[in-house]
Amino acid sequence: MRSAAVRLVDISKSYGDVWANKDISLTVEEASIHGLLGENGAGKSTLMKILFGMVSPDSGLLEVNGQPAAFRSSADALEHGIGMVQQHFSLIGTFTVAENLILGRGSQSFGGRWVKRLDLKAAAQRTRELSDRFGFGIDPFALCHDLSVGARQKVEILKALWGGATTLVLDEPTAALSPPEAEELYEVLERLRREGTTVILISHKLPEVMRLCDRVTVLRDGAVVGDREIALAARRPGGQRAAMEADLVQLMIGRERPVVSQRAPRDLPPVLSIRELSDGKRIDGLDLTVNGGEILAIVGVEGNGQSELVELLIGQRKRISGAVELDGTDITALSTKQRFDKGLAHIAEDRHASAIADSMSLTDNASFGFIDGAPFAPTPFWLSRRLRSRFAALLVARQNVRASSPDALIESLSGGNQQKLVVARELARAPRLMIAAQPTRGLDIASTTAVHEALLALRDRGSAVLLLSLDLTEVFTVADRIAVIRGGRIVGESPIATADATQIGQWMSGAASKEPV
Amino acid sequence: MTSTQSPPRRSRLDNELRAQLAVPSRLSAGGRGGTGFGTFLASLGGTSRSVTAKIVSFAVTIAVALIAALPIVYLSGSNAQVALQALIGGSWGSPQAVAETFVQTIPLLITGLAVALAFHGGIFNIGVEGQLIIGALAAGIVGATQHLPGSLLLLASLASGMIAGALWALIPALLKAYRGVHEVVTTIMMNYIAINISTFAVTTGGPFAAKTQPSATEKVPLDAQLPVITPGTRLHAGLFIAIAVIVILMWVLYRTPAGFRLRLMGANPQAAAATGISLPRTMITAMLGSGAIAGLAGAVQVLGVYGRYFDGFSPGYGYSAIAVALLGALSPVGIAAAALFFGTLDAGAVQLQAVAGISREMVSVVSGLVVAFVAAQPAIFRLLHHLQRTVLAGRTARRAAAPVLPPPINGDNDLISAGLDNKEVL
Repeated sequence: MRSAAVRLVDISKSYGDVWANKDISLTVEEASIHGLLGENGAGKSTLMKILFGMVSPDSGLLEVNGQPAAFRSSADALEHGIGMVQQHFSLIGTFTVAENLILGRGSQSFGGRWVKRLDLKAAAQRTRELSDRFGFGIDPFALCHDLSVGARQKVEILKALWGGATTLVLDEPTAALSPPEAEELYEVLERLRREGTTVILISHKLPEVMRLCDRVTVLRDGAVVGDREIALAARRPGGQRAAMEADLVQLMIGRERPVVSQRAPRDLPPVLSIRELSDGKRIDGLDLTVNGGEILAIVGVEGNGQSELVELLIGQRKRISGAVELDGTDITALSTKQRFDKGLAHIAEDRHASAIADSMSLTDNASFGFIDGAPFAPTPFWLSRRLRSRFAALLVARQNVRASSPDALIESLSGGNQQKLVVARELARAPRLMIAAQPTRGLDIASTTAVHEALLALRDRGSAVLLLSLDLTEVFTVADRIAVIRGGRIVGESPIATADATQIGQWMSGAASKEPV
Repeated sequence: MTSTQSPPRRSRLDNELRAQLAVPSRLSAGGRGGTGFGTFLASLGGTSRSVTAKIVSFAVTIAVALIAALPIVYLSGSNAQVALQALIGGSWGSPQAVAETFVQTIPLLITGLAVALAFHGGIFNIGVEGQLIIGALAAGIVGATQHLPGSLLLLASLASGMIAGALWALIPALLKAYRGVHEVVTTIMMNYIAINISTFAVTTGGPFAAKTQPSATEKVPLDAQLPVITPGTRLHAGLFIAIAVIVILMWVLYRTPAGFRLRLMGANPQAAAATGISLPRTMITAMLGSGAIAGLAGAVQVLGVYGRYFDGFSPGYGYSAIAVALLGALSPVGIAAAALFFGTLDAGAVQLQAVAGISREMVSVVSGLVVAFVAAQPAIFRLLHHLQRTVLAGRTARRAAAPVLPPPINGDNDLISAGLDNKEVL
């Protein structure tokens, strides 16, 4: 067995009552590619932040190349040869590749910083050497905004290698890449491994993990639930690989399927029907129907059109073709406000981006979408503050939000309480169709249950719920039907009672329908 | 107020909640365990704390700016005490001085409110100067050329000033709302256009030039000017207009749906759009309002101080207004205080030069320093917090005492960046 490049022993980290990481032990062998799998919120990113010195663990031990290490900052981690490539690019478009690589790496001494010449020629030379050594094929003088997304991803990796990293953490490196670009990146990673670099790969794409990784660790709810060696035979498409993929999916979403309460099937007419909807970019001929009294869950790997679908439905995105009907009337020509008046409600996926305004009070945040017309503004010249404050208090009581007063800034509330307020506000619209995107993200178990019950109550009143979730446990708990989105269209649907986790995992990853990667 | 029958304008709302809302709060607060009175007290607490924070940051900013100005006072060969005495004496020392201070305050106050209105929506209206000039020109032209009974002519002049200012602001507003052109660039350009148009209009040979006075319009009839309210001074009824604008702006911002839309757009444009607010429409409304107030400021200067439009009458009110609005933390009352501070400086500048022998440009230096320190507020407060923590670290006994200082990050800077980043939003 090769020696360990990185060893994490019993790492724990909690935020309040929530364990982000609990007794996680992980050994990454030198010159290997180690996969890290898990659903969102499973604790992958916290673990990697600990490894990169951005977060310090509550307890546990960190060893790099056999030496115990304690990082206080990411600069510390870099010095120990650990480099991280974040999901979002951090390159300056108007700089050349070489300029981007030497950014922030000047002389550390005060005099040197001002006196030493900026040696771009040497930088370009070194860029070329590194690029050739690992087969990147990057021109040091190319401007970054002229590069393809795939090439930019490679420059990000070069940036980490430039600092002397021997262990690389890659967070979903192929999320934004087209298949041929991803293929090139795979080759780069394999070459890195041959040259002795250790890679930790965070990914949701099972085929990619199967193809590249020597070993894979699966996290769920902050703990390691499985650690599998990927045999050479499993890397080739075939029976062994399919069995292993199914095994990993089971590990990720949990072996035990939650008990679903018996539900009476109801035969109500459709509330939402989407036909051949396209936006010309991420949504491509999507068909979907949600009936009254039904919770339809849309699942899929992040970035397959979920956010775009929601934006199209609430009228914040331009439609190219197709129709959206709410209770039988076409709403595609309506404004966002008119859609809300027709009975749409929306729990936004990214709370801070589009559901609340941090610098406004709880009362103000509770009033979004209610400010026109009675009861709060019977005329355009008066918006009752007293009534809105009372309304906020009612919402606070309904969802059991913990807040000091209706006039407190929403910032002063914890994330979970903010989310509960948003849920209460959207439920107050008496919606016919509730679009709930990650409605329980960041909530503790009790609040999660409260939100689930609210959604179920809505369904029992005959409204429709479109649930977008990355948490399959949640989907199996509340949904009546499940639809899988991939590449901007629905690739599979199944009633929850007969849903098969393996089948869903295959739909999500595209393993069943696509040519082997 | 609430009714169960269908009024024409009505939000879609859960019936149960609608019914609960109609019941007085003491009964409906129910599960929360707080009485209406408790909630009321809590709200007072929350409000007063933030008011204290605002007052502290106002005072600290001014104090730091004045201290920073000290070395320059010494360099110019005077000392701080003499300078301060001259400044205060020249602005508050006599009834005449007080009146003059208010005269200087009025244009700063009204233009400051114009800047703040746009700022609340995250729009950086640098064009207040141009809107002010165009408004003043329109008011001067209407006042000098139209033949109407006195008070009617006064109203018509004020109204035309507001309309002209609003229309001047409409051009950048449309460009921003529908084409995403950054308002900072367009409003600055509109300022230059306004300055040159107004110069052209009143230079000899221009369409509205006076026969006897160079670079001005004809005089507005005396009965159509704003009356002087304290005889023997220049203090005019524009003061009441300024106070009215404060009240109206407070009401619009905090007690109307339009104001709510505007503040929400400023706080989080994406959330505003996602909850059904039309960003282009809100943006245009805000700019029209801001421009109208700026135009009103110009009209008030023409009808209250000069009695005619003078070319180059504004020493840059529209730019000082930005400092006023920021120092006043965008709140109408705060802006009144900030305008009064700058008005004091302007009025005291004459004495400063005559008595203390300090160039009156010194006042511009202080205004500049105030702007710099308003921009640096987050840094200053972080520094003060840091000092507070390190100095008081030993005295843990006082741990219970809540920090007096406001939180280090102030909304102003967010607003600046929001204003500058709005392009992405649209």
